[in-house]
Amino acid sequence: MFPAEFDYERAASVGEALDAINEHADADVEILAGGHSLVPAMKTEGRSPDVVVDLDVPALDAINALSDRTVVGALTTYATIADSKAVRANAPLLAETAAEVGDLQIRNRGTIGGNLAEAHPGADLPAAVLASDAIVLLRHRDGKREVPATDFFRGDGETAVERDELLTGVRIPHTDDAGVAYAKKTHPATGYAMVGVAAVVEVDDGDGAAERTVSGARVAATGAVDRAVRLPSVEDALAGEPLEEGTIEAAAGEAQADIEAEKLRSDAYASGEFRAELLSTYTARALESAAERVADDPPTA
Amino acid sequence: MATHDITLTVNGAAESLTVESRTLLVHALRDDLGYTGPNVGCESGKCGACTVEVDGDAVKSCTILAVQTDGSDVRTAAGLADEGLDPVQQAFHDEHGLQCGYCTPGMLATTHQLLDENPDPSRAEIRTALKGNVCRCTGYGNIVDAVETAADRLAETDDESEARADAPELEAED
Ligand SMILES: Cc1cc2nc3c(=O)[nH]c(=O)nc-3n(C[C@H](O)[C@H](O)[C@H](O)COP(=O)(O)OP(=O)(O)OC[C@H]3O[C@@H](n4cnc5c(N)ncnc54)[C@H](O)[C@@H]3O)c2cc1C
Ligand code: FES
Ligand code: FES
Repeated sequence: MFPAEFDYERAASVGEALDAINEHADADVEILAGGHSLVPAMKTEGRSPDVVVDLDVPALDAINALSDRTVVGALTTYATIADSKAVRANAPLLAETAAEVGDLQIRNRGTIGGNLAEAHPGADLPAAVLASDAIVLLRHRDGKREVPATDFFRGDGETAVERDELLTGVRIPHTDDAGVAYAKKTHPATGYAMVGVAAVVEVDDGDGAAERTVSGARVAATGAVDRAVRLPSVEDALAGEPLEEGTIEAAAGEAQADIEAEKLRSDAYASGEFRAELLSTYTARALESAAERVADDPPTA
Repeated sequence: MATHDITLTVNGAAESLTVESRTLLVHALRDDLGYTGPNVGCESGKCGACTVEVDGDAVKSCTILAVQTDGSDVRTAAGLADEGLDPVQQAFHDEHGLQCGYCTPGMLATTHQLLDENPDPSRAEIRTALKGNVCRCTGYGNIVDAVETAADRLAETDDESEARADAPELEAED
């Protein structure tokens, strides 16, 4: 299997890549990052760009850990993210989720920028960036745009990235006193998530009170519908409640409340109905793990 | 037709070649350069038969454009040992970690990266690392045995070389 013919250009900087996109304004241009969605799609799914612009920009393969946020460059691979001490310490949900993508070889090549720009409905990282309240960083020839993750995913393969824009990175705010977890039911054929749920559970230590309260939670699901989505009903059921089993059970019970049944994805492995069941189960698992981890952290007295 | 002149180091040898934009690394290696270590299985990034190491990372060469790897250092299964079999290959042989052998070059490339990063993996870690390498023959048990054996032997060799390195110092104390 070969892709159809195309012109290949290598861009060594963000500016060069943007120039190339603009220069070929009338052509079908694709950015090439890790190529692990694009190359298969060019072989078998009829994606047939005239020009492929290979992002070969070291500055985008970087992780910048700041005091209150971590910025991950678009070309950072899953393997680098999962192994990064800085990401594990400051954005542990992203590290845990990156380690769940595909397999070892895929993780060596695929990039966070490509994963988000491709917006496959079963991709893992969208759930993590949504639950992290991350900001997606975009560049065009005349400036920058910052799009909250909650406004980034628009549908299967559809995002806020405009034709003349480049995704340059993701900014993840740090969350103190939180437990995080990603729970994934892997699709047996594709490796993507049949359903994946990312959770951030923040606690309020109060004034040394024995009982800890959930001060806020962010929960996002991938795989269920045509894009990754937040689950506000689950989040609301957690906020202000004591951190205990009953709360988590009740919150997980809300998992299907924000999903329209007719929009559930279905295929030979899992009907929409089954995906809805998985959504409840994996929401419960993600919340349980997140709660356990926050419980393991001694309260900061 | 867009073509590109690229250079690669393959198993230590410098190679120059001209590829089309769309030429996949696996075809450049096999058809243009004659390195038949990587096999072509699924052609869609799933089976791992085409796995090679590029700059030390195990990657699926059916899902990478050759032109993307311009200037890279590529190692195929055939480049693992200067002569004979390297410890991982020998372990696959001893533990019957292969039958038809089609998946083996890819298994070896992934195993090399695993053992570089985690010299003493558990059986579960071995299975996780080899998730992207499909074998249609062995049922995987022997493959996991082979990786364990390879890890044990590599650890012994490390111990021996440490012992040797210490020896001159002991002598010098006299
Ligand atoms: C066998 C297999 C299993 C997989 N399993 C999983 C899985 O379990 N979970 C998962 O999440 N994914 C999975 N994937 C997909 C993989 O993670 C891809 O790497 C990812 O979807 C795309 O990232 P990439 O860097 O390879 O992007 P590419 O394939 O290079 O690009 C994808 C798309 O994004 C655009 N793009 C890329 N970078 C940018 C940028 N910086 N700015 C603007 N546009 C850009 C490209 O133009 C293209 O349209 C799997 C893939 C394979 C082949
Ligand atoms: S041939 Fe490359 S992964 Fe199957
Ligand atoms: S030995 Fe035949 S495919 Fe693995």
